[in-house]
Amino acid sequence: MTLDTSKMEGLPQLTKEDFVSDQMVKWCPGCGDHAILSSMEKVFPQIGVRKEDFMVVSGIGCSSRFPYYMNTYGFHGIHGRAAAIASGVKLANPNLSVWMITGDGDCTAIGGNHFIHAVRRNIDFNIILFNNKIYGLTKGQFSPTTDKGSKTKTSPQGTFEKPFNPGQLVIGAQGTFYARAVDNNPKLMVEVMLAAQKHDGTSVVEILQNCVIFSNKIHDMVTSRETKHENQIHLKTGEPMIFGKELDKGIILEGTQLKVVKIGENGITKDDLLVHDPTTEDPGIHDMLCNMTAPEFPVAMGVIRAVKQETYDDLMVECIEHEKEHSPMKSVDDMLMGGNTWEI
Amino acid sequence: MANNKKKNDVVELEKVVVRFAGDSGDGMQLTGSLFSDSAAFAGNDFATFPDYPSEIRAPQGTISGVSGFQIHFGHTFIHTSGDFCDVLVAMNPASLKATLKWTKPNATIIIDTDAFNEKGFDKAGYETNPLEDNSLDGYNVIKAPISTMTKAAVADLGLDNKVALKSKNMFALGVVLYLFNRELDKTYEFFEEKFKSNPLVVEANKRVLRAGNHYAENVEAIVQTYEVQPAELEKGTYRNITGNVATAWGLLAAAERAGLELFLGSYPITPATEILQELSKHKQFGCKAFQAEDEIAGICSAIGAAYTGSLAVTTTSGPGLSLKSEAIGLAVMTELPLVIVNVQRGGPSTGLPTKSEQSDLLQALYGRNGEAPVIVLAAKSSVDCFYGAFEAAKLSVEHMTPVIFLTDGSLANGSEVFKIPKVADLASITPPLAEANDPDYLPYHRNEEKLNRQWAIPGTEGLRHRVGGLEKDNPTGNVSHDPINHQVMTQLREEKVNRVADYIPDQNVFGDDEGELLVVSWGGTYGVMLTTVEKLREEGKSVSLAHFRYMMPLPKNTEELLGRYQKIVVCEINNGQFIKYLKMNFPQYQYMQYNKIQGLPFLVSELEDKFNEILNDK
Repeated sequence: MTLDTSKMEGLPQLTKEDFVSDQMVKWCPGCGDHAILSSMEKVFPQIGVRKEDFMVVSGIGCSSRFPYYMNTYGFHGIHGRAAAIASGVKLANPNLSVWMITGDGDCTAIGGNHFIHAVRRNIDFNIILFNNKIYGLTKGQFSPTTDKGSKTKTSPQGTFEKPFNPGQLVIGAQGTFYARAVDNNPKLMVEVMLAAQKHDGTSVVEILQNCVIFSNKIHDMVTSRETKHENQIHLKTGEPMIFGKELDKGIILEGTQLKVVKIGENGITKDDLLVHDPTTEDPGIHDMLCNMTAPEFPVAMGVIRAVKQETYDDLMVECIEHEKEHSPMKSVDDMLMGGNTWEI
Repeated sequence: MANNKKKNDVVELEKVVVRFAGDSGDGMQLTGSLFSDSAAFAGNDFATFPDYPSEIRAPQGTISGVSGFQIHFGHTFIHTSGDFCDVLVAMNPASLKATLKWTKPNATIIIDTDAFNEKGFDKAGYETNPLEDNSLDGYNVIKAPISTMTKAAVADLGLDNKVALKSKNMFALGVVLYLFNRELDKTYEFFEEKFKSNPLVVEANKRVLRAGNHYAENVEAIVQTYEVQPAELEKGTYRNITGNVATAWGLLAAAERAGLELFLGSYPITPATEILQELSKHKQFGCKAFQAEDEIAGICSAIGAAYTGSLAVTTTSGPGLSLKSEAIGLAVMTELPLVIVNVQRGGPSTGLPTKSEQSDLLQALYGRNGEAPVIVLAAKSSVDCFYGAFEAAKLSVEHMTPVIFLTDGSLANGSEVFKIPKVADLASITPPLAEANDPDYLPYHRNEEKLNRQWAIPGTEGLRHRVGGLEKDNPTGNVSHDPINHQVMTQLREEKVNRVADYIPDQNVFGDDEGELLVVSWGGTYGVMLTTVEKLREEGKSVSLAHFRYMMPLPKNTEELLGRYQKIVVCEINNGQFIKYLKMNFPQYQYMQYNKIQGLPFLVSELEDKFNEILNDK
């Protein structure tokens, strides 16, 4: 649902301060959440929505305390149910800009069902998924995104299970928007959050977020200053897939598989590289991009998929408008008196 | 038609019970509802009850595949769908076997003899042919070759056998309409509307209906017909309504009266599904019926909509209420209006999905973590589902608290005659909305009388605030783990619900202000309780009835009222839940109990026996 920004006309430009709450932020020092909060405070004033028309919804977990730290209307829900609550909010008032904050446990374990169905319906709200591959608030158990074999408090010998890849879940659920960012790159976070807001439909933004206490440096290979250039690729619409400190590596499609190549070796030039197109309906390449894992591949960042499709909320509003116009029943009295009745 | 009758022996009856029974695919529900329409147009009061298996098509011809529809109609007021039938239509041996125990000893039984063959007896578990082994002695059995005559009636229409036989239920209806001197015109009109795209089917149904009617006129087994005079109903416009539709309409009426949009977050579950289906039809009123991915998403989406300013509702049955428990606690904590409709069925677990029970009362009252009081109302009849749902919405919105509205499978699927109200005549509903830019707004600042907080809707200027499942500071709404604050808030939430007692009527009693026996019941058993107590009072017995509709809080006069009778008996379709609640609240009284847990309603006869036994026990 395209937001009605007409109410913004004549209103003063909002600033970050409009969204800073008076509550003490109680995340651990050094937690990646602080940077995400700061990015979001930067994003909200740029959207062109009245500050009263923002709604932040969350589930349970460290990340889900987020609504208390944003000066908007907010709802801190129960474990796993944020997507269901956010769906109700958006459908009840499609003019709101709705942001759902969730973690890997909240979203892909207990809330997995609500997550995939929200994505499938394509209700227009934004899901910011903080993925630190661990349960933080319950102090260190493995989550559905924890790498196989990881030792945690509930897997002292290492986990036996394969992890979910949130991007692939989104694609499997026929999602229309998926982007990825890291918590130590505010510019990238702002870029993908703004893109998520612009997209009509359920937008999922996965942020690789660091838990300093229970999974510290879990994303280090991808995010650290020393290794990030070789292990991250920032995808940009219409541009070839290039990465590396010297911008000398790229991605090509060989047969049905992606492959990392070095520009200049074996006659490879920039023209041989895949050009990123997040708008293709066919999710094949997007799925492979989501699945790229370091160190074999660089991990894909930026907007990986952004496909234009009808949203649930638009279709619902259209249907209601149509029925209002065409139904002979204009009031509940008409309904009560309609059909088979008799007089006494 | 009544004028040219050969049979002029017409007997007048006060009230009659007719039951249509056949195989699941025989169209008994439609037959029953068409006969109900004829009772409606004749001005009778009536109540109906469909009784069908949980399987869509259980094995054909077996007892488990029997589908029944009972209607109780009369010149007098009708409160139940009736215990035993005066007229039974049995389309096959299984339906006869399954239903005979609910048939009066001298009843008229109309049988399709074409279905009474070895194969049919075998499937029904009959060892001998019941038409020949004297087991039907005393009944007035009309043996009609219904299938054969149906085929004959449409022989020249060129329908294939299977299609032709589909209308055999209309033959049976034709016979029963004749028995009660009812016109065929209304049923013709129904065919014309229902099958308007297929004139051949209209013609076939008309012919078969007429054939049944003519057969009844000519067959010697029918020696007399019956007349049931109109009931003395108040002047007004009436319709027939089931409990589930009444619930849906009550919610729509409440939304309109409150000036709110209706949002339903729900998930299909027997026997509550029709409420979701009905509300899905009414988008013209802006009603948003969201079929969620599960029960939890149903209620959570409704909670989101409640925060956002809708009249929010979720509908379910027992197992779904269990799944929603945590979220109900969230609505208690966030002090948002939310109507939770629970159409009770037999439990625990999957239990008896298509059978009725009153066994979710304690779950509704207490089935949540922490101290989580909610208002609990219980509808007393199918029509009362309309008023109960309306009142649940009103109390929920005005007191800013979830309300659990209990109905049950019998009320949900049963239907009654409904005198149509005008929405403007219903009580007003005033949402306690916070005013934009109110400098003093605090999320948990409370109204002094009701103790409700205000409703600050997203989008409103100057009221940005957060709510959530964590305990909140009174009155700022900030997260608080302060020990004293938690005690204060817990007590405020409880007191808020208790104070609803100031906004509901006193408990009334049918009968005497004091006396020997007080019968106590609640919810969907009202009709049968009232019928029984009326009957015993006509016999001069000192029996009165207190039938409860407000379960939490109880009406303020409950304690005093219970003390005015020598004996109290609490009757429930469960193993004794309301009695536990009464004993806990008012331990000074002695209670007796009468419980039935068979997935079946009470019978007047068994209640009568029980009450007489209590009265005779000096």
